[in-house]
Amino acid sequence: MSAHTQSTGPLEYRGLQNQMNILGFWIFLGAEIVLFSTLFASYFVLEMNTAGGPTQEELFKIKDVMIETMLLLTSSFTCGLAIHQMRENKLKGLISWMIVTLLLGLGFIYMEVTEFIHYVHEGATIQTSGFLSAFFTLLGTHGLHVSLGIGWIILLLIQLARRGLTPVTARKTFIASLYWHFLDVVWIFIFTFVYLKGMVM
Amino acid sequence: MSLDKLLVDGGPLILGSQIAIGLTIVSILFLVTYLKKWKYLWKEWFTTVDHKKIGIMYILAGVVMFFRGGVDGLLMKAQTARPNMEFLDAQHYDEIFTTHGVIMILFMAMPLLIGIMNVVVPLQIGARDVAFPKLNALSFWLFFAGAMLFNISFVVGGSPDAGWTSYFPLAGKEFTPGVGNNYYAIALQIAGIGTLATGINFIVTILKMRAPGMGLMKMPMFTWTSFITSIIIVAAFPIFTVALAFMTLDRLLGTHFFTVAAGGDPMLWLNLFWLWGHPEVYIVILPAFGMFSEVIATFARKNLYGYKSMVASIVGIAFLSMLVWVHHFYTMGSGPAVNSVFSITTMMIAIPTGVKIFNWLFTMRKGRIKFTNAMLWSLAFVPCFTIGGVTGVMLAMAAADYQYHNTMFLVAHFHYVLIPGVVFAVFAGLYYWWPKMFGFALNEKIGKWHFWLFVIGFNMTFMPMFFVGLKGMSRRMYTYSEGLGWEGLLGFSAVGALVLAAGFAALCYNIYWSFRYASRDVGNDPWDARTLEWATASPAPHYNFAKTPEVSSLDEYWVMKKEGRTNLKKEEITEIHMPSNAWSPFFMCVAFGVVGFFLVFEWFTLAAISAVAIVIGLIANSFDYDEGYHVSVEEVEETERKWRGELK
Repeated sequence: MSAHTQSTGPLEYRGLQNQMNILGFWIFLGAEIVLFSTLFASYFVLEMNTAGGPTQEELFKIKDVMIETMLLLTSSFTCGLAIHQMRENKLKGLISWMIVTLLLGLGFIYMEVTEFIHYVHEGATIQTSGFLSAFFTLLGTHGLHVSLGIGWIILLLIQLARRGLTPVTARKTFIASLYWHFLDVVWIFIFTFVYLKGMVM
Repeated sequence: MSLDKLLVDGGPLILGSQIAIGLTIVSILFLVTYLKKWKYLWKEWFTTVDHKKIGIMYILAGVVMFFRGGVDGLLMKAQTARPNMEFLDAQHYDEIFTTHGVIMILFMAMPLLIGIMNVVVPLQIGARDVAFPKLNALSFWLFFAGAMLFNISFVVGGSPDAGWTSYFPLAGKEFTPGVGNNYYAIALQIAGIGTLATGINFIVTILKMRAPGMGLMKMPMFTWTSFITSIIIVAAFPIFTVALAFMTLDRLLGTHFFTVAAGGDPMLWLNLFWLWGHPEVYIVILPAFGMFSEVIATFARKNLYGYKSMVASIVGIAFLSMLVWVHHFYTMGSGPAVNSVFSITTMMIAIPTGVKIFNWLFTMRKGRIKFTNAMLWSLAFVPCFTIGGVTGVMLAMAAADYQYHNTMFLVAHFHYVLIPGVVFAVFAGLYYWWPKMFGFALNEKIGKWHFWLFVIGFNMTFMPMFFVGLKGMSRRMYTYSEGLGWEGLLGFSAVGALVLAAGFAALCYNIYWSFRYASRDVGNDPWDARTLEWATASPAPHYNFAKTPEVSSLDEYWVMKKEGRTNLKKEEITEIHMPSNAWSPFFMCVAFGVVGFFLVFEWFTLAAISAVAIVIGLIANSFDYDEGYHVSVEEVEETERKWRGELK
């Protein structure tokens, strides 16, 4: 609203509206933390209730999950590189690293979908047991977030290519990167408390 | 579900309503067309991003929903007025108490409070609008889509009938087939997204857009309570989002979150529901506390007593609100240890609440009280709410709760908390801020009728319910036999409900009368008030303040008046940057409404096709680089001159 323009510092923080958008997004991430916490808590309540269906041990394959983890963690790293390029005011570097990020993200989604199809073929569907309902919903929500993130960043890349680096496009890209890192953090919890815990229990 | 079952076929009552709804819609459409108001509606309201107009739309929707929920209440009272009544059958009664609860909490209390927050908070902090005006419009339109979707359940497909708490396994597909509870899951989800966005919006607005000099401890009390409420919204609503998503999946896709078979856990629903539901009670009560604080300070003509302890109390209430949810189901067998913990946390809530009650009383002490309507509501609030609070402490004692759990005693208790707490506050707030919204005041004389009818009717309706509860009547009973000693109390209560309804009618008449006949010459500060919203014209111009005020103390406008700093000099006026109108929030309302409707009926293909509209809305929004417009110096000067006289 206001004309407070900050002329120094990172591009995305210039202007009150940009600062408010970034703060607002952090608060949104707070809400997302509550959302995922609820999903995790519900999963922990239901994880032992397999109702005679497949158990964690029978389903999870460490190799595939490790590949998914590596893909997503690397994508978070390349996303960080992209923002670094943005701070250096290098549009090409930003777009290139973002494309790498998206490809890694797509790889992750591909692996996850294959994993789910595999589970369904083994008779483990979302309707099988309380455990699997909670499992597919938690993982599905994360996967859906990643897919939305991919769509969103594609839109931003179009805008970056058209408009170049402005305070507004920089802010949008920065916010998308916060979102991407957040999904990575959620995945670390999924990897640890769903997959690893499920395999040792 | 086949198409011929789409419309509910339920005897003369429903048929009458269907015809009435149809006629109302047709006549509204006809009237708007006849008066050639479509363009006006679209430009000034449907696409507006102005926080004051959005607030007014919230309030309008809230009043309409109050009517709907109130009619539900009257029907219930009619059914239980006499033993063995055959006015409503069990199914119909179940549907009515369910929609009454949901509508009154989520589609009446919430929009009225959020509406007043929308109008008042930016003005109180000296801002031009909220932090994200377009998101604010989206919040309203999503709330509206959810509310309308929920309301059509009554005539299309059938209403939810498992109570506003919708406990599993009752609310599952096995025991509640049909689409009624799908409406509950999906309509509340859509409205909930809007509410979450409101929470984020107001946190950022209050943190970042306060006028220069307004430190956190110089904020008006209503702004403080709105701020804390927004924080509770962000912390609690995502839990409900997940709970409703589980409910939707259980009902639509056959998952097993809450089923007893196949490893689900019905208790999970209870915990998730009340983890949101209890904070929700404070989401509706805290802004109300803020309104009373403003009204009492203004009309006692003193500054608010114990400002710092007021702030500490609301923060304390917000913190405790997250730690009490199990008190809603002591009887579910969590064991004495767990029950004791929650019993203690629940009783602790009485402490900060008591602090606030005493602060209001001390604010009035030795004040020169003006008995305006707004003040009358605040005065009536104190004793009525205290009855609700004290019976709350009775219910908080886990061992004793086994005696009155799920009885009418509980129903009486929460009506004694929510009606004085929320509804009286909304009335006080409406009478108080009406001039700021519309430029004329509500009639004080008709307002007295409204006040006395409503307060007497309220006590007549709900006081007997404490006693009928102690005599063993459980809640949600659609009928009872003679000779239980209930009929006298329930009959009296039913008469009280009519008085209550007459009070509401008096409010509606007051709005109509004042709209037609009230003086338009109220000035910017009709109550000689203390906070910044009164420093600008009534109704506030779309840019709010010609010059952003600079704040030096609490009750800044009071100080400004004392020090003679209310003038505006001509050379202080500059161009003002404002956000442009946007079509996408209304578009999203339609898109979400249509997708929600198809999901309710489990027509997944149609839902998927129409979901494309949501995606289109999101993409259009992402590519929207509208940067607003500037209000010219001449226009500001012209507007300011109208109410200030010549500028020097």
